[in-house]
Amino acid sequence: MIPTSYYLALSAILFAIGVAGVLLRRNAIILFMSIELMLNSANLVFVAYSRQFGTLDGQIMVFFVMTVAAAEVAVGLALIVTIYNSKASIDVDDASTLKG
Amino acid sequence: MFDLVPLILLFPVFGLLTNLIFGRNLSERLVGIIASGSSAAAFVISVIQVFALANNNFHAETVFIADWITIGKMYLPWQMRVDTLSVTMMVLVTGVGTLIHVYAIGYMHGDKRFARFFVYMNLFVVMMLVLVAADNYLMLFVGWEGVGICSYLLIGFWYDRGDNNLGNARAGRKAFVVNRIGDFGFLIAIFMMFGAVGSLQFDDVLHFFENHEIEVSQLATTITLLLLVGAAGKSAQIPLFVWLPDAMAGPTPVSALIHAATMVTAGIYMMVRSAPIYAIAPLSQMTVALLGAGTALMAGTIALAQWDIKRVLAYSTISQLGFMVAAVGLGAHVAAMFHLITHAFFKALLFLSAGSVIHGIEHGAHKSDDHFDPQDMRNMGGLKDKMKTTFSVYVIGAMALAGIFPLAGFWSKDEILADAWHVGAVEGHWHGMTVYILLALAAVITAFYMTRQIILVFFGSSRSAAADNATENPPIMTVPLIGLAILSVIGGGINLPWFHTLGSWLEHTHHFFHGIDFNLAIALISTGLAVTSIIVGFIVYHRRPLESSTAPDPLRSVLGPGLKFLYNKWYIDELYSATFIRLYEWKARFLAFQVDWVFWHDFVHDQIILKSFKNAAAILSGPVDKSGINKFFDGLAYSVQNIAVKVLRPLQTGYVRNYALGVMLGVVMVLGIILIN
Repeated sequence: MIPTSYYLALSAILFAIGVAGVLLRRNAIILFMSIELMLNSANLVFVAYSRQFGTLDGQIMVFFVMTVAAAEVAVGLALIVTIYNSKASIDVDDASTLKG
Repeated sequence: MFDLVPLILLFPVFGLLTNLIFGRNLSERLVGIIASGSSAAAFVISVIQVFALANNNFHAETVFIADWITIGKMYLPWQMRVDTLSVTMMVLVTGVGTLIHVYAIGYMHGDKRFARFFVYMNLFVVMMLVLVAADNYLMLFVGWEGVGICSYLLIGFWYDRGDNNLGNARAGRKAFVVNRIGDFGFLIAIFMMFGAVGSLQFDDVLHFFENHEIEVSQLATTITLLLLVGAAGKSAQIPLFVWLPDAMAGPTPVSALIHAATMVTAGIYMMVRSAPIYAIAPLSQMTVALLGAGTALMAGTIALAQWDIKRVLAYSTISQLGFMVAAVGLGAHVAAMFHLITHAFFKALLFLSAGSVIHGIEHGAHKSDDHFDPQDMRNMGGLKDKMKTTFSVYVIGAMALAGIFPLAGFWSKDEILADAWHVGAVEGHWHGMTVYILLALAAVITAFYMTRQIILVFFGSSRSAAADNATENPPIMTVPLIGLAILSVIGGGINLPWFHTLGSWLEHTHHFFHGIDFNLAIALISTGLAVTSIIVGFIVYHRRPLESSTAPDPLRSVLGPGLKFLYNKWYIDELYSATFIRLYEWKARFLAFQVDWVFWHDFVHDQIILKSFKNAAAILSGPVDKSGINKFFDGLAYSVQNIAVKVLRPLQTGYVRNYALGVMLGVVMVLGIILIN
């Protein structure tokens, strides 16, 4: 059986990739995908520990995370469509009008 | 029946309130009826009290009305005292008061302040009844001040008349101020009583002095002398009598009621009420007796030389009050009260008759359109036939005053003289003899100036057109005169020497009130002197009547410059004006101009307070506020702005990744802290 630490390492890598994606990319869709990546890395940790401890708590939490993520995407995509309608771009750097 | 006693106050109060509120809209007749009626109702209640006392074995009764002052040990209720002394005064005040009210309806006819006059008159009756019905010295003082204010209001009733249209107002002020001096003495006496006794109820105070005769004689002397100061103010004795002649500026019914019959006797009533204190202070008694006798003589001499018909009566009143005060000083309280009552009858009669004369003359003056003084006896003469009723009652009043047998004044004056003789000759006190001589002289002078007045007013030929046209007054004025004339004739009957009705009546109030036996010699001497004096008066004035209103007094050939001295009232007013009044005015001016204006206003206020305030305000507003506090808060605001612009604003880039980086760094920090711990 594959040791839990492997999963945790993979999860950390995925999370780091997600963070880097959020910080470095400018395309709003990519940003969302990176956020999804981070959420799923967390899911991976839940599931890994669930398997190790033989309980279902972690797996139930994953379902919650997935629903929240789906809801978030629905809201997020709506925002992106609106931004696109007003700016003709989905580059997040263009949506910087709240600058002080 | 004693329960009815508060009604004697309530009736006049009702009358005065009705006239005060509705009087303006009521007819003169109705106003007069309300005022006189309320006074008459009070009279009826007073008479009922006489019977109530008779039913009660003449024991004093107190009727509680309300609590007034309760502080610590001090308890002063509104409580009315019904004893023989107070009932005597109640009957007198309301009885004479009612007659004068009725008379005033006629006298004040057509006056533009008719209703107000009767409001004041009723208020006076209320206050006088408070005074005589009081059960403690402070309530008595309330009445005392109340009648004082009524006197002031009524002297100045025609405030727009007199010298410079101010004379009457000045007379009112003079009366008020002079009375204030007396009140000061009275108040101090009350304070001292309270200090010594701890109560102001008559029973407590008087018993205290009766029971502690030896220990408190010094205190009693001081208190009684201070009470004498109060009595001298209210009853117009030396040295405070100067206000009473000027008080004649008031309407004549006022002179009759307040300044002859009732209010001025308040001092005598108060001293009679305080008799037990006087009884243990021989020095005070002597002072009172001599002061009264001196006043009697001095005022009599002044009356000799006056031309104003009311002024003669005013000085005569002072003189007669002197008789009463002397009697109180001699311990002859019954004689004092007796003379007080008879004097109230005949002096009210004389004043009202004088008012009738003045009214008649003024009536004549309207016809002749002549500007002159209707009170100057030089403008009168020959009124005997024109005013028959007035003439006859005037003669009765004058004879009663002169002490002619068997009129009221004879009995009462004779009793005082008999008492003086008793104290002087039988008990052997030098002051008794002095008082007797002074009073006998005063009685002689009284008879003389009354003769002079009657001849000048009624005999001879009229010396002015107004006197020529004078007419008798309507019955509303003459009927009260007749009533008073009857009282002046039979008034002596209340205390005939063989019965001592008044004496035994008053004895129930204080055991040592008693009358004196009839002294035939004294009576013959005084009657003889009075008759002689009247005959001399007839010779002087009737043999050579005044021809015109500018002719000199026939007495001038006898008295010479002395007459001028008497005419100018011994220059007492001038003396007071030169000493007290000028000094007082100088002090007042000094205080007003030097102390108040120059020192307080110019120096203290303007220089010190205002300037230092201005300087302090300048420092506070300039250096402290503007450059200190203001700068600080300005700087604070600027620095907040700078921080915001230079530091916080650049942080707000608008780039999502910057915020995301911030969130991530925050998470890393939180996790780092958790891990380290």
